[in-house]
Amino acid sequence: MKRSELLFLVALLAVLALVPLLASNLVINFLVTALIVALAALGWNILGGLAGQISFGHAAFFGTGAYVTELLQLRFGMNAWAAAVAGIAAGALMGLAIGAAVFRARLRGSYFALVTLAFAEVLRILTNALDFTGGASGLLLKLQPGAAHFQFDQRSVFAWIGIACVGGVLLLTRHIMHSRFGAQLAAVLENEDAARALGVDIFATKLRAITLSAAITAAAGVFYVQYFLYLDANIGYGTWISIEALLAAIIGGVGTMAGPLIGALALHGLGELTRGFAGSITGIDLVIFGLLLVAAIAFAPAGIVGAWKRYVGGRRNA
Amino acid sequence: MLEVSGISRSFGGVRALDGISLSVASGSITGLIGPNGAGKTTMFGVISGFVAPDTGSVTYRGADITGEPAHLRARRGIARTFQIVQPFAGLSVGENIAVGSYLRHTKPSEAKARADAVARRVGLGAMLDQPASALTVAGRKRLELARALATEPDLLLLDEVLAGLNPSEIRDILPVIHGIRASGVTILMIEHVMQAVMALCDDIFVMAQGKMIAEGKPDAVCRDPHVIEAYLGHGAAARMQEAGNA
Repeated sequence: MKRSELLFLVALLAVLALVPLLASNLVINFLVTALIVALAALGWNILGGLAGQISFGHAAFFGTGAYVTELLQLRFGMNAWAAAVAGIAAGALMGLAIGAAVFRARLRGSYFALVTLAFAEVLRILTNALDFTGGASGLLLKLQPGAAHFQFDQRSVFAWIGIACVGGVLLLTRHIMHSRFGAQLAAVLENEDAARALGVDIFATKLRAITLSAAITAAAGVFYVQYFLYLDANIGYGTWISIEALLAAIIGGVGTMAGPLIGALALHGLGELTRGFAGSITGIDLVIFGLLLVAAIAFAPAGIVGAWKRYVGGRRNA
Repeated sequence: MLEVSGISRSFGGVRALDGISLSVASGSITGLIGPNGAGKTTMFGVISGFVAPDTGSVTYRGADITGEPAHLRARRGIARTFQIVQPFAGLSVGENIAVGSYLRHTKPSEAKARADAVARRVGLGAMLDQPASALTVAGRKRLELARALATEPDLLLLDEVLAGLNPSEIRDILPVIHGIRASGVTILMIEHVMQAVMALCDDIFVMAQGKMIAEGKPDAVCRDPHVIEAYLGHGAAARMQEAGNA
């Protein structure tokens, strides 16, 4: 990570932070949604990008963060901030539990992806069926604006909190990439046998990665619930967030620090644009996402960030 | 330092290892040779924790480590290279070696400094920032060696580090191996290049078809009729004897 890239990122976050001051509610709404996806994707990237364990089921963590936060407030009257912390912790625990089961069984590659998807689907079906979790009609959090309740009249405050969270996770990712843990993750991604021979505990390394990854994605779920106040099984544990987290990271640049953020902004920007032009065709944005994914895998396997680095590198060498 | 006794291991109907015992003295370079398919690499797998034996035991510095996973053996000070090189292809040479040095150094600055030092020692000093995938065969062999050395082992298992190198590359790397021993690391090496085995090894074990057929000093082993027959076929020793007398 060069200084110029870091500067670019700080500038990008600063510009994003200025948006709420100037823009309409519609644009802020777009920004907050993109930030939630960015946060989920940054979490996905720790496991999928740095450790190479491609998950199709990060909804399991997003939903756990969201449901635990909402249920603790609704059913037990807990303070919103405490519930948020509990939601993130519950997401991390869910990651630890799924990771312990899946990595103990030495599932890798497509088997790992399928099993994570299965876990998320089981949780979706359960929350959809149980009365405690609101069943199919979902859960609505009481509107009580005020900092003490983690709710704000001004959407811009949510945007700023989101930007701060994303910035924090970016720094954390950068720190990991330059640490011993990061080197172990890279070794696990590249070649497990060689990593073992060099004293890397594969199981423990993957477990740490999925726990951290799950905690970050759970934070995105917490944030979602506090912003929209409504939650049902198809939002919390739906495949949409698993797919968006993965798409944003892959299209932005898998395994890069800023890829998931850039991918989330690009995807959502494009999604809004296509909905604007062809709003009558429901789901047209998903068609575009699919085409983009194919294009990214075929032409820019390192995503937007990778393509940009190659472009800059090419010009410098020319 | 290392005592292996009565190791057997079958893969399906094939008895890859059949009651193998060997020992490596502290500070020595010990050779493990034998024709292709003798079970040498499987034996390395057993010693380094990648292959679980059906019977027998592996004892390292008095501790029974037969059931211990590979990463814990690495922490004990047993490092190995792979016959088929296994570089982290997406990482630079320096990053590859640093994965090894992170085993004993938690701080990134220390681990990187150690990796630099090891790279210079094996002659990769100029290539630290190159991607590992850009290295030549000789470079990759050196990288295998460097990564293993970076874990600061007491016992180094070298699986055919000379295979695929040309004579001048072999001449270049022999002093490196001598230097490693001189720094106090015990070495057990699988090798086919006899010139190197004779030049480097204090003791030699010879395997064929999963069995240990000979052991001893290099000169004695080379004259052993069992060894000659294992390499050149049944009756070869007698024919050589006749040829020698004629």
